[in-house]
Amino acid sequence: MQTIDLATTPLRELNAALQAQAATTNQTEWLIENPKGAHAIAVGLDAPIEVTVNGPTGYYCAGMNKQATVHVKGSAGPGVAENMMSGTVVIDGDASQYAGATGHGGLLVIKGNASSRCGISMKGIDIVVYGNIGHMSAFMAQTGNLVVLGDAGANLGDSLYEARLFVRGSVKSLGSDCVEKEMRPEHIAILKDLLERSGADAKPEDFKRYGSARTLYNFHVDHAGEY
Amino acid sequence: MCGIVGLFLKKEALRPQLGNMLTDMLITMTDRGPDSAGIAIYGDEAEGLKMTVQSDTPQTEFDGLDGALEAALGRKVTMKVVDTHAVLTIPDDAEDDARAFMKARGLRVMGVGSAMEIFKEIGLPKDVAARFGIRQMSGSHGIGHTRMATESAVTTMGAHPFSTGDDQCLVHNGSLSNHNQMRRVLTQKGFAPQTQNDTEVAACYISSRLAEGANLGEALEGTLDDLDGFFTFVVGTKNGFGVVRDPIACKPAVMAETEDYVAFGSEYRALANLPGIEAARVWEPEPATVYFWER
Repeated sequence: MQTIDLATTPLRELNAALQAQAATTNQTEWLIENPKGAHAIAVGLDAPIEVTVNGPTGYYCAGMNKQATVHVKGSAGPGVAENMMSGTVVIDGDASQYAGATGHGGLLVIKGNASSRCGISMKGIDIVVYGNIGHMSAFMAQTGNLVVLGDAGANLGDSLYEARLFVRGSVKSLGSDCVEKEMRPEHIAILKDLLERSGADAKPEDFKRYGSARTLYNFHVDHAGEY
Repeated sequence: MCGIVGLFLKKEALRPQLGNMLTDMLITMTDRGPDSAGIAIYGDEAEGLKMTVQSDTPQTEFDGLDGALEAALGRKVTMKVVDTHAVLTIPDDAEDDARAFMKARGLRVMGVGSAMEIFKEIGLPKDVAARFGIRQMSGSHGIGHTRMATESAVTTMGAHPFSTGDDQCLVHNGSLSNHNQMRRVLTQKGFAPQTQNDTEVAACYISSRLAEGANLGEALEGTLDDLDGFFTFVVGTKNGFGVVRDPIACKPAVMAETEDYVAFGSEYRALANLPGIEAARVWEPEPATVYFWER
């Protein structure tokens, strides 16, 4: 176990050490002490290492993550796991705005609540939130899965492309072109797998699925004259 | 950007530490705005009103200012000079006369109140706090701001907090888009902003609502209907402390509450060194939701 104390080590030094790990590194376990809400902790990682952050983080923790597992023992500020490519990010507390925004892959688990714009423009990431999510979540989400065990705020899935949204609780309102859809066996299977992998205690059958009505982003011949 | 902080103490024993705690909180927010910084502190209640005034040439302007004001009012006045600011204690009923006196001498009134004092200048939080000795100040609650200017010039008068009513002050992160229209409405009501700054319009709005009889919660609620734009506001009154964010809520905010205090920060970093923060209830204030505490 490598321990880095942010009370004494500069952030750039920490990130340089983590980013320098090769796929075959023997230094697979890292502990970061005293994060105290610092920005950009453990960003741009690209090795199968496990990083534990012992406390709350600020903006952009675990951004652009590849392969690594980042576990925040606290809450995360805005933009956690932004543009994640692969790997796993687990937040024990709450996450602020635009968690998992534009993520291409990997799994983001938020054990508390996520605030507004969770999963905005997601492009393949899977996000599981144990609590609630705020307004404008999954705005223009392209692909991937957003799973919410609690409630969703206003305008869920506005201008949605092909991401799947699963919500167990209430949805305050659906955004433009987002509709409730039938939960078919393949969706139950996807959800079951995500709930298992994220350690969430919930039954897939208790969720509703929401997705794109596909009226906004497809060309419609009636609109031909408008171009 | 801009960085804002606020601290409302519930525990009497912490009062001597208020200035120190607020200063540390504000310094952690320095990289959110380097243009100007300011703090409003609710300290010991004066016998009369405390009028905080500012001058760019304090050596000459504050020399004998208390005597001159005494002569003009025909009443007893005391003065404390702190760098570019002077806090004059005047009788309760002498505010209008004292304001006219200050205006005639070209002095800027930062704020008036029985408990509140305001100190703000161009510069970084650490420098502004050091110039005014904020760390040594005690009190019940206070708010602070470090500014990245967008809507008006970088001047002392454009710095936050803005005070537009006795013992009332407001700090803001964001920008308002209907402030010109609101400025006209508020001017007609007798709450004319003194600067071209959008935030002062919000402060005047709250003062006008409080003057109409609204409580702090109702006044903050009104901002959601009547002000357009981006905002996270933190507001202080003589006995109260309130927070509201616009419905889009893209300006960041974190709050913490323990048995000893309620604290606000633009980011968690501002709260990270508060006593007992590990066990505090820490949350992000909901959009379009008013939070306020009064003692």
